[in-house]
Amino acid sequence: MSVHEPASVKPPGPQTRGGGLSAASRAEIDGLRERYPTTEAVLLPALHIAQRQWGGWLPDEAITAVAEALDLPVARVYGVVTFYDLFHQKPVGRHRIRVCNNLSCQLRGAEEILEVLHRELGVGEDEVTPDGRCSYVHFECLGSCDTAPMMMVDDEYHENLTPNRVRQVLKGLK
Amino acid sequence: MAAKFEPVLTRNVGKPEALTLKGYRQLGGYEGLAKALTMEPDAVIDEVKKSGLRGRGGAGFPAGMKWSFIPKGKDKPKYLVCNADESEPGTFKDRLLMENDPHQLIEGCAICCFAVSAATCYIYIRGEYTKSAVILERALKEAYDAGILGDNVLGSGFKLNMYVHRGAGAYICGEETGMLESLEGKRGQPRVKPPFPAVVGAFGAPTVINNVETLCNVPHIITRGADWFKSIGTDEKNTGPKLYAISGHVDRPGTYEHPIGITFREMLDAAGGMWHGRQLKAFIPGGASAPILKPDQIDLKMDFDTVAKAGSMLGSAAVIVMDETTCMVRSVARLSKFFNHESCGQCTPCREGTNWMELVLDRLEHGEGTERDSQLLLSICKNIGGQSLCALGDAAIGPVKSLVDRFPEEIEQHVRNRACPFPRPRYFENGA
Ligand SMILES: Cc1cc2nc3c(=O)[nH]c(=O)nc-3n(C[C@H](O)[C@H](O)[C@H](O)COP(=O)(O)O)c2cc1C
Ligand code: FES
Repeated sequence: MSVHEPASVKPPGPQTRGGGLSAASRAEIDGLRERYPTTEAVLLPALHIAQRQWGGWLPDEAITAVAEALDLPVARVYGVVTFYDLFHQKPVGRHRIRVCNNLSCQLRGAEEILEVLHRELGVGEDEVTPDGRCSYVHFECLGSCDTAPMMMVDDEYHENLTPNRVRQVLKGLK
Repeated sequence: MAAKFEPVLTRNVGKPEALTLKGYRQLGGYEGLAKALTMEPDAVIDEVKKSGLRGRGGAGFPAGMKWSFIPKGKDKPKYLVCNADESEPGTFKDRLLMENDPHQLIEGCAICCFAVSAATCYIYIRGEYTKSAVILERALKEAYDAGILGDNVLGSGFKLNMYVHRGAGAYICGEETGMLESLEGKRGQPRVKPPFPAVVGAFGAPTVINNVETLCNVPHIITRGADWFKSIGTDEKNTGPKLYAISGHVDRPGTYEHPIGITFREMLDAAGGMWHGRQLKAFIPGGASAPILKPDQIDLKMDFDTVAKAGSMLGSAAVIVMDETTCMVRSVARLSKFFNHESCGQCTPCREGTNWMELVLDRLEHGEGTERDSQLLLSICKNIGGQSLCALGDAAIGPVKSLVDRFPEEIEQHVRNRACPFPRPRYFENGA
C-alpha cells in the first residue's frame, strides 16, 4: 500500500522536452496501479502527474507519453484530456489563477476582481503574461462561496478578496 | 426538536487536534467503527435505516435503503465511492468536513464498507480541493499505520483499502454514474440507468455512492443510536443534524449546522441577517439546481419534504441569498451559463437546451429580448425536463422556470426598457 501526496501539491517541475515521462513521474504512476482493478483507472492521476512534469499543461508529447505508459490509445487519452477543465492543452503561466465568478461570487464583486487582474497583468483571460509568470481565467464555483469573492492561485485559495488584496497576491508571485 | 442543539458533524471544527488520529480518538473518534465491527453487517444497515438518514448530496435518498440494495456475500468485489466532488454552485460544506475532521469521514466510510462487505473505498474528490486531498491522504496514512485500515481493521479480520481519487474539474462527475466513469479513467459521461450502481457500479461491481456529509453522520448513528438521531429534525422522514452552506447577501456567510428543518428565517438570523441591512428579494434553498423562492417563503422549514412542497428542493442545502439590488435575469443567466458549460454533451435535450437557455437569457439581460422570450424559455424547459439522460437537464431548468414563473415582471422590464433596469453594482470603492 502506498499513500501518495496528491500530484499537484508539489510545484510543477521544469519543462522537459522530448524526453517523455521522467523516471520520477513513471515511478509515481506505477505506484498507483495497485489501487485499481484496471490500468485505465490510473489515467486521471497519471495526467495530473504528467501535467506537473510538463509545467502545468499537456502538450501532445505528454498525452502520447501517458498513453504509452498505460497502454491506451492516444485518442482515448486525448478525449479525456479535452473533457476536464483542469487539464490544459495550451501553455499556461508559471502561476495559474482561477477566479470564481459563479453566482455567490458574482453577488460579492467577482467581476471587479477579474477587471483588476486584467488591468494589472495586461493580458486577457487564458493568455500568458509576456514574462511567462501568470495566466488567469474565470472559473465555475470553487466551493468557497462564503468567502467570496475568491480566486485560486495554483493550489491555494485566496479568499475575501478586494482589489488591493489581489494586487498584494500578484506581487508575491515570482 | 431536541431542547438545545449541540453540533454533531461540526463538533470538531476549530479543534486542530482532530486532524491527528490521536486527537480524534481522544475526542471519541473510531468508537462507532469499533462498535459496528462487533455487530452483524445487516444490523448496521438496519440501524442506519431506522435512523431515517437521507442522502445529503442532493437527492435525499434513504441511505440505509441504498445499502440494503447491495447483494450480500463476500465472494465478489464491491465498492464504496464517497462523493466528494462538491461542485454544485453555492455548496462548500463537504470541504469544511474534510479539512477539519478527516477521520470522521474515514470512519463513516469504513462503517459503510463493513455494512455492505466492500473491501475497497474510493473518495472521489474534486480536483480543485487539493487542501482537502492532502489532509485526507495524511489521515489515511495514519489510519493505515494504526491498523484502522488495511488487512485487519481494528483486529476484526475485516479487510479494507481506502484511497483518495482526484477529479479534474467537471461538475457532471458529481452525478453518480458520471463519477463512476471518471473513476474508471474515462470522460465523465453519465450512464443510462438501470442498471443502478448497486447492481453494476464501479468496474462492473455493486457499488454504494454516498455524499461526504451523509457518511459523516454514520459514526454518530452507530455510537448514539437511531433513536437519538430521529429525535432531531422535523418528522420521521426528515431527521438528524444538517449542514447549511449560506452565501450571497448575508452578513456572515458560512457553513452552519442546525437540526434539519430549521426555518429559513432562523437560519438567516443565525448568519447575521441581510448584508448591509438590505431587503431580501430571493433565495435559493438548495444549490444552483433548486428553483428560486421569494420572501413569502421566509418561514419555510428547510427539510427535504417541506421545501419540495413549496416548489423547490433542499438539494445540497446550499442557500444563496439575494437582496433588493440583485438583477434576477442576470443571476439566472449566470446559472444557465454554468449548466451549459457543464453539460457533458452526450444527450441532445441537455446539450442544445442549456445552450439556448444561456443565449436567450443573455440577450434578455442585454436588452435585446422580446415579449416572446418567457414563452420560449418555458418551451426550452419543457423540451429538457424529463428528457435528458441524467438529472443535469432537470437541474438546469430549475432556476429558469422559477424566474419566468415567479419574477415575470423583471423579464418584462428588461424587454420594455431595452436594457437591464438594475445599475451594475460596484462592490469596491475606487478600486481599493
Ligand atoms: C448534475 C449532478 C451533479 C451532482 N453533484 C453532486 C456532488 O457534487 N456531490 C454529491 O454528493 N452529489 C452530487 N449529485 C448527486 C449524486 O448523483 C448522488 O445522488 C449522491 O452522491 C448520492 O449520495 P447521497 O445519497 O449520500 O446524497 C449530483 C447529481 C447530479 C445530477
Ligand atoms: S460561487 Fe464562487 S466559490 Fe462558489
